[in-house]
Amino acid sequence: MRRLIVAATAALTVLGGAASAQESIKIGYIDPLSGGGASVGEGGLKTFQYLADELNAKGGILGHKVEIVPLDNKTNPQESLVQAQKAVDAGVHYITQGNGSSVGAALEDFVTKHNSRNPGKEVLYFNYAAVDPSMTNEKCSYWHFRWDANSDIKMEALTNYMKGQQSIKKVYLINMDYSFGQSVRTAARKMLGEKRPDIQLVGDELHPMLKVTDFSPYIAKIKASGADTVVTGNWGQDFALLLKAAADAGLKVNWYTYYAGGAGGPTAIKQTGLENQVFQISEGVPNSGNKAAMDFEKDFRAKTGISVWYPRAVNEMRMFKAAAEKANSIDPVKVAAALEGVKFDVFDGGEGFMRKDDHQFFQPIYISSFGSLADKAKEPFDEENTGWGWHIVSKIDTAQTMLPTTCNMKRP
Amino acid sequence: MAELIVISTLNGVLFGMLLFLLSSGLTVIFSMMGVLNFAHASFYMLGAFFGYQLTRWIGFWPALVIAPLLVGVVGMGVERYGLRNTHKHGHVAELLLTFGLAFAIEEIVSMIWGKSPVDYRVPAVLDFPAFTVFSTNYPAYKIFMLVVSVVIFIALLVTLKRTRVGLIVQAALTHPSMVGHLGHNVGRVFMLVFGVGSALAGLAGVIAGPSLVTQSDMAAYLGPILFVVIVFGGLGSLPGAFIASLLIGLIQTFAVALNGSLASVFGPLDPSLGPSPLTDIWNVTIAQIAPILPYLLLVLVLIFRPMGLLGTRES
Repeated sequence: MRRLIVAATAALTVLGGAASAQESIKIGYIDPLSGGGASVGEGGLKTFQYLADELNAKGGILGHKVEIVPLDNKTNPQESLVQAQKAVDAGVHYITQGNGSSVGAALEDFVTKHNSRNPGKEVLYFNYAAVDPSMTNEKCSYWHFRWDANSDIKMEALTNYMKGQQSIKKVYLINMDYSFGQSVRTAARKMLGEKRPDIQLVGDELHPMLKVTDFSPYIAKIKASGADTVVTGNWGQDFALLLKAAADAGLKVNWYTYYAGGAGGPTAIKQTGLENQVFQISEGVPNSGNKAAMDFEKDFRAKTGISVWYPRAVNEMRMFKAAAEKANSIDPVKVAAALEGVKFDVFDGGEGFMRKDDHQFFQPIYISSFGSLADKAKEPFDEENTGWGWHIVSKIDTAQTMLPTTCNMKRP
Repeated sequence: MAELIVISTLNGVLFGMLLFLLSSGLTVIFSMMGVLNFAHASFYMLGAFFGYQLTRWIGFWPALVIAPLLVGVVGMGVERYGLRNTHKHGHVAELLLTFGLAFAIEEIVSMIWGKSPVDYRVPAVLDFPAFTVFSTNYPAYKIFMLVVSVVIFIALLVTLKRTRVGLIVQAALTHPSMVGHLGHNVGRVFMLVFGVGSALAGLAGVIAGPSLVTQSDMAAYLGPILFVVIVFGGLGSLPGAFIASLLIGLIQTFAVALNGSLASVFGPLDPSLGPSPLTDIWNVTIAQIAPILPYLLLVLVLIFRPMGLLGTRES
């Protein structure tokens, strides 16, 4: 008996030793897990945890297990800095964030300052959804990498599609009042003005971010303006509630959106009965026709209960692994160098690449519309049990998404 | 334009009536006990979550009755075992108690129901457009909310002005010791008033939950507006709270509908000035500052009429 205990203790010591020798890679996930942004923040967390499990099942990254550390920032830049500092103190060298460019800009600034003051303890910021163009232009940082197409790229693609839609006569812009919403509005005004000068801009609204719980006053205003098309960068609760109010009031217009597919969005669209009148621009849709992506989608839905809403997060984690393996190190400085300029086959097929000049990832993007699914074999995935799903109406190849940058990057 | 005015008026009155359901309890509790109940909006949130949970278990209609009663019981418990014990330590202790309670309730709610919004839906029988103004549908549920608040308003008015209970409550508002000497149990009156006040807030939560969003920070959004309403209307004045509620509801809704800015009144600034903070202020629309308008009003009222619209005393 005693011998058995000794053996067991020895075995445990060996196992424990082995585990601590291969320290896990902690990724600080700094996003809203409470308040108005919580619905999207929780979806993102599930996605990253699934991706970490996927990596760990195949032996992790260079033998290190990947661990996601959830940190609630309440969509607030100050709170995010507190959480980032907390993460860094806990030994996190990689942080990832997506919801809110106001938060993104603060974190970008944080990593830049932190890394210049603490050489040898660098932190990288992987951005999967904060799309304010300034983050890869005038405010760019070597320590920041962005996997989502920036707002200008998306608007360029969206307006190219709108250019061909002759039925669009009167456009209404409604956006959240912060850096991202303002950049959507500016880009939309400029690009629509150039491409379709005949379109009349009948409204340009900025509303408080993630604070409005009843959009009916705004919907009444859109209705009164006589708009036939609304362009919006709203996300999370601000999109779902906007559409819900539109459904209640019976507002029937076309919607050109960035994030209609987010939590609550599809349900609201179905309620409104806006079949094929809501368009979304994204780097992938569940019914993309790509076999590997659709298999992933099936398994992901079975395990998490939500759809793959962030193909870019998949790209991010897979490219992280590839870069660490290329550098043969999990040191952030070496990983950053390995990520620069790298080419990668993206989740929904096609080649993307991480531009060295500004750390913006370029990839094929798609415009899709939301409606009933005719061919269940080809398009098996609906959204939020509505029976409706996304169809691709236009694909924009990587080459056509390349916009110039003004980034003047300071390299270490 | 006419369409916008009609719809905005309806929305404004609706929001105003909802505010009144909340502020009526708050203002009566204040004038009677001298305590600003910081946790009042939390009772509203409790109402919404109780309503959500009971709707899942037993349906919306029973929930509409039971949830406010439950909140009322919680409120009475708070008065009986919390406020009454701290009363002897003065108003500051009572204020701090309600302040702490607001945080405690928020944390408990997010522990039980999570931090993201719960799926509290409009009951199917009320989920249709009630009527169409010009070409805009007006949801039946909103009309239902309006009717409930108006009915409660009338019931409250009749109770306070036309019944014996109302008489005692009114007397206890101004002369609590005299009422005590006449043989009434003032402590019980306080407890009942606190309970009814919380139940009204709870009712507001049950009916607002499906239409607005039921989540753990809903109290924090509404709380500050409530204080604006009761200060604006005059602390302790029920008619004042009524007028202020409607006014704030209408102001907030109409401000959103307006596009005016300094630039549209005085013309755009000379472009040679270039972008500066001044251009930002110049171009900001009334719609954009809609959320801060109530607080601006609060400041103005405190400066020019500290007792509020219909208030009688300056504190």
